[in-house]
Amino acid sequence: MTDQTPTVPAEQPEGQPQDGGQPQSSAKEKYYVRFTLAQRYLHVVLFSSFLGLAATGLPMRFSDNPAARFFAREVGGFGAILFFHKFCAVVLTLAFLYHLKDLATRALVHREKGIFWGPTSMVPNWKDVQDVIGHLRWFVGLGPKPQFERYAYWEKFDYWAVFWGMIVIGFSGYAMWFAPFFARFLPGWALNAVLVIHGEEALLAILFIFSIHFVNTHLRPDSFPMDMVIFTGKETDEEFRKKRTLEYQRLAAQGKLEARIGDKPVYWWENFARVIGFTAILIGLLLLVLTLIGYFGTA
Amino acid sequence: MAGPLSALLGVACVAAKRCVLNRYRFVSGSPAFSFGRGRLIAALAPVLLLGFCSMLRAQTDCLSCHADKTMQDAAGHSVGVDADTFHASIHGSLGCTDCHTSIKQYPHPDHAAAVKCVACHADQATGLAGSVHAAVSAQPCTSCHGDAHTIFPKTDARSAVYPLNIPRTCGTCHSDPALAKKYGLQNVYSVYMDSIHGYAVSKEGLLVAANCMSCHGSHNILSHKDPLSPTYKTNIPNTCGACHGGVMAEYSAGVHGKAVAGGNLNAPVCSDCHTAHAILQPTLADFRMQSTPICGSCHKGRFATYQDTFHSQLGLLGGYVETARCWDCHGAHNILPASDPNSPVNPANLIKTCGRCHADANASFVKYQPHANPRDRKLNPPLYFTRFFMNLLLWSVLGFFSLHTLLWFIRAKREQGNAGPAEEEKHD
Repeated sequence: MTDQTPTVPAEQPEGQPQDGGQPQSSAKEKYYVRFTLAQRYLHVVLFSSFLGLAATGLPMRFSDNPAARFFAREVGGFGAILFFHKFCAVVLTLAFLYHLKDLATRALVHREKGIFWGPTSMVPNWKDVQDVIGHLRWFVGLGPKPQFERYAYWEKFDYWAVFWGMIVIGFSGYAMWFAPFFARFLPGWALNAVLVIHGEEALLAILFIFSIHFVNTHLRPDSFPMDMVIFTGKETDEEFRKKRTLEYQRLAAQGKLEARIGDKPVYWWENFARVIGFTAILIGLLLLVLTLIGYFGTA
Repeated sequence: MAGPLSALLGVACVAAKRCVLNRYRFVSGSPAFSFGRGRLIAALAPVLLLGFCSMLRAQTDCLSCHADKTMQDAAGHSVGVDADTFHASIHGSLGCTDCHTSIKQYPHPDHAAAVKCVACHADQATGLAGSVHAAVSAQPCTSCHGDAHTIFPKTDARSAVYPLNIPRTCGTCHSDPALAKKYGLQNVYSVYMDSIHGYAVSKEGLLVAANCMSCHGSHNILSHKDPLSPTYKTNIPNTCGACHGGVMAEYSAGVHGKAVAGGNLNAPVCSDCHTAHAILQPTLADFRMQSTPICGSCHKGRFATYQDTFHSQLGLLGGYVETARCWDCHGAHNILPASDPNSPVNPANLIKTCGRCHADANASFVKYQPHANPRDRKLNPPLYFTRFFMNLLLWSVLGFFSLHTLLWFIRAKREQGNAGPAEEEKHD
């Protein structure tokens, strides 16, 4: 309820954080840091290059579609499309390598065990399995709503889907880009297979991100219309308690909650992020529609 | 006219007539007297003059009235003749009554008989009578050659059938949508004019470029369904080959040429790939874009599998016409079966063929299948299972999460609704 809570004074007696005209209220609202600046930038680079890849990849996948041809013609033909596709691919690859380097540094240099196991890890554990079942039961009214730690199971799935997707799509993409080189190690049929793999995995990524991820993270009623935490890095006390109850309770019990308190997001930054975020979502939804038209129009 | 005497008489006739006409027109210093032959004829003239006196007199007499270009008969038809143009024309040496045979005296009869070109041009008339134009026009000759008094040799730029003028001459009827509709014809004139042949004729002024007549003939134009027509399917290679000899030799050696020569009318001839009238420069993007489906119209299976490949996906987008089309790999005119050692798609030649675009092509690289079919388990098992696995992954992930997210959305909405805007947080 990032956007709706401030408009409900009865429920938020201590303040209206986004109303710049009442400074005494915003001072009382607590904000907790969830993502570092580097992580937020990584997300921006990730979705920008992904949108670029999707926008240029889809016309190639559905090249007999009139919209694809129109787009290709307007941007300067296929040559321009492929150039931009490769450019975005390189950007995304660099972002991926940066992330791997970051993981390696945290694991090997800082000896941060929490990234591999425990409540703050992205690695799935038994609780995630229970959460999937529990959540599904709650959907249909068969049980209580599960409480989540720092990363819920669908967030972990998002992460690993992208992780796996980047390896698969990236590898198959580079295999096509440098086909004669890759042909030295790969059997002949693999050169045919990489196109199938690239296209299908990319289709999965596009359909998943632009429908499931959008709804799970941004468009579901709890976060509608956008979860700003990935842009501002901070969430309100109430959001934190409600969405990641177990993490909140764990930190509170350990007395580490105060260490996570951050400043209220800057007003212009939040609005700027909102413009960027909504633009990305709208482009994504447009691409989703075009993808469905392309897929079911030709299948 | 036969025999040297007749020829001599003819020449004398022309010269003598010029002499007379020049006098008639009060032009002095006529060129007829300025060269040797003229002098010879002048010497002979007194002998011959008597025999042709009546004809010359007749022409002069006719023109004394009909030189008035605005002259009309009772029905309103123009009966005026431009004397200068007529005398310069190919028929300028003839007397009026040679063609207008029914007019023998003045005043003329009420109804003059139609002039019959066939009296002299019997071969052309025979050809025309058997042609597609036989019944089309009441005035078949003048429809193309223009007014009989202004006809010039076909090598003369003023002629309606001069090579550079032919498209326009044919186009007077063949660009008329009403006529095209009446006779069920395609409107090919504008298409031809935009073609490489039309461009060569109309813009470059190339006399050797193909005009309508080059392919269709002139008087004896036959339907392309007639086996004798130069545009009949099996005759097309020879028709085009009249100019494109080198290509015809290549074509005749290829599978298509041999099939057509062997009586297979399904095999393509020149016009099947290049089209008949809209012929484009093959290196142009438009041609590269349009021709792959043309091959595909016969080679349906191969076309379908080609469309699954990166080559086709790129190629269809346009702006990037360099991607491999059928003939980039298979050759264009001299297509040979892959088993032929000279075929560019023979396994031994693949590195060279693929290497034309892919500079680093190697033995493993050319094992890529440009016509692989991921839907065919028997033909391409690894590819089939790759696609199968990817699709399974795609639909299971999407299927699970679609249901998951939909249920979540509904539940969350309901939760929100039950709680009410003000109560929501307190109940949580």
